[in-house]
Amino acid sequence: MSLEPMASAGLSAVEAPLPGAQQPSPPVTSPPAGEPEPGGTRLTRFSRLQFLARWEVALFATFVVVFAVGRVLSPQFLTNYNFFNMGLSNGELAIMALPMTLIVVTGEIDLSVSSTLGLASSLLGLLWMHGWPMPAIIVVVLICGAFLGAFNGFLVTRVGLPSIAVTIGTMLLYAGIAEILLGSNIVSNFPASYTNLGVYGVPGIGLSYSTVIFFGLAIIFGVVLHFTPFGRSLFAMGANQEAAIFSGIRVKRTKTILYIVSGIVCSGAGILYTFRLSTAEYDNGTGLVLSVVAIVLLGGVSIFGGKGSMIGVVFAVLIYSGLLDALLLTGFPQQASGIVIGGLLLLSVLVPSMPEFRSRLRAGRHRPRAKASEVGTARSGSVVQPLASDDSSNKVGQGGSSI
Amino acid sequence: MTDTSASLVQTPESPQRLVDMVFRLREYGIIVVLIIFIAVTTGLQPRFLGQQNIKFVLLNATIYALLALGETMVVVSRQMDLSVGSVLGLSAYVSSNLFGQVHGIPIPVVFLAGMGIGLVCGVFNGAVTAFARVPGLVVTLATLYIIRGIDISIIGGGEVVASSLPAHFSAIGSDSVVGIPYVTMVVAVVIAAGTYFLRSFRSGRELYAIGSNPEAARLVGIPIARRVFSAYVASGAIAGLAGVIWASFYGTVDSTAGTGYELTVVTAVVVGGVAIFGGSGSAAGAAFGALLLSTIATALYALGVSPFWDPAFDGLLLVLAITLDRGIALRLAEVMRKRTFRHEP
Repeated sequence: MSLEPMASAGLSAVEAPLPGAQQPSPPVTSPPAGEPEPGGTRLTRFSRLQFLARWEVALFATFVVVFAVGRVLSPQFLTNYNFFNMGLSNGELAIMALPMTLIVVTGEIDLSVSSTLGLASSLLGLLWMHGWPMPAIIVVVLICGAFLGAFNGFLVTRVGLPSIAVTIGTMLLYAGIAEILLGSNIVSNFPASYTNLGVYGVPGIGLSYSTVIFFGLAIIFGVVLHFTPFGRSLFAMGANQEAAIFSGIRVKRTKTILYIVSGIVCSGAGILYTFRLSTAEYDNGTGLVLSVVAIVLLGGVSIFGGKGSMIGVVFAVLIYSGLLDALLLTGFPQQASGIVIGGLLLLSVLVPSMPEFRSRLRAGRHRPRAKASEVGTARSGSVVQPLASDDSSNKVGQGGSSI
Repeated sequence: MTDTSASLVQTPESPQRLVDMVFRLREYGIIVVLIIFIAVTTGLQPRFLGQQNIKFVLLNATIYALLALGETMVVVSRQMDLSVGSVLGLSAYVSSNLFGQVHGIPIPVVFLAGMGIGLVCGVFNGAVTAFARVPGLVVTLATLYIIRGIDISIIGGGEVVASSLPAHFSAIGSDSVVGIPYVTMVVAVVIAAGTYFLRSFRSGRELYAIGSNPEAARLVGIPIARRVFSAYVASGAIAGLAGVIWASFYGTVDSTAGTGYELTVVTAVVVGGVAIFGGSGSAAGAAFGALLLSTIATALYALGVSPFWDPAFDGLLLVLAITLDRGIALRLAEVMRKRTFRHEP
């Protein structure tokens, strides 16, 4: 397979205006002041890039604000010790967001990540209980993670099931297997040489091991996503799966690989999680999945696929952990911090869609006889249009390939 | 059954009837699985069909089935409501707390208050999704956090304890006839009404049309934004109602009430035969899905299987259900294509 057409197809699929895809870009791209916008494909491409840059810039600004406010609220915020803690408590979450980013870019989703973490933790505990040597356990756990991911990938690509339903199913299934494996046992007699990673940082850097691993992996995933034909093909299949297939991209194989990678990375996160807490329990990591999805979406990755960047997700991770930590330092009830996280997530999808909404309202005012809502739907596409991006031939309901 | 066989005999060549029939069979399939499961469990453990146990299973299923009704309305229109668990929690706390705040408050007022809270949440979800055109999955993922956060900030570390609730209110879950709680009957009627609405009313059918093919729905003039909005409002109000019932069942309400319900409800809905991308399925099927999940959980317990096996079973069931649906859909599409070709000149 030659790489040339693959890469160019990827580019054109992303750059072309997508009729069905979510359209948050025009509002942010074109300044409200009415800056002259000469036509031409070169400029369209430029403004697209500009949009991407701006989303990341907005995230960066938020990141700066969060850390500045944190500094004002508490003098302990910008200290090495606090950075260590921040990274320690969010490291696994952040690591799991990386493969999730790639999967969401292809237009799929993996909701089983936290259960994979839990299952890895349980397996680790079980094997340790049976006296296995630790290096062997780690290898077995990672291989097991690969199989869990492969099972997801098989169901999604070969059987052709919607990934959101499949991974809700496997989320329950893997969490269930974790419960079956470990039951109500709690394993906590791990050797200190391993559990020390929850106490000490990497020598010389001071950040937690999970943080360093996260940044290392983020660079690798970022390079793969943005600078390789493989990464470009992910955008292509997320933007238009049919077009990707016809341009010779092996969509099924690629997605299966991504799910396997996700399985391996998440079980690795499970190992870190277990050592950090020095505890293997069946319900380790329960509920982390929604935070992972929230981070990825906050990072500007479109839930419909085809759009997003690794740097955005990294900033989203920093904002997420900085915000939680700042709130914690101010004595805000930690559980209630969901208000802030949810609010951010909501803003991240609302802000880009606002100008379009306004223009629809304005369109409604020009036709005073019709009701605003009807005009809205009648004039510029349906509400659920994004979901219908690529399956107008959908007959029996299961036809959608993305959600 | 006569209905089905009649349509089989009379119109073997009408694709529409065929589709109808297959989906009805899908619902019967759930019931058959349920009956087999109950039969096997009862065979191994006769006490499974004891009155006390039936009541327990039904009560457990009641809340999930009720939530599944609202979720079905949203899912058939190709959206998703992930905030139901949080709405339930908020409604459960605020409504049950009213008994302590206002002495002698009538129970119907409390129910209205709970539904009102759910309604407000639903209006917010619906307005953002339908009018600002943001994917409902993301919106309700955000409101899942926000509403839970509001719930936690209201409650703090406190909780409503069962002793502060009036006896009449707590009795809602315990009064029953031949092992069937009254509240389950009421909820069954509500679900039946909801099913009837979805399959026979114009606005109900339009939800299926939107979920089946949004573009076509728009072209035939269906007010998509308003319908999707209404579906979310209904789902919110129903979750609010479920919250009050939850409070009456469990008595003790803290800030974790309803945590994680959203995914169980989606599981029940999908197991019950509602397509995750909309356009097909029924609220009754979803309710049976909820009943099946609840039965499995109790049956495992009755059979002496560790309750740890329960989530694995649910997950496996979900994967099997969607695989089966996929198989049916492919087969059906093939059959219909053949028929279309046969009739073309």
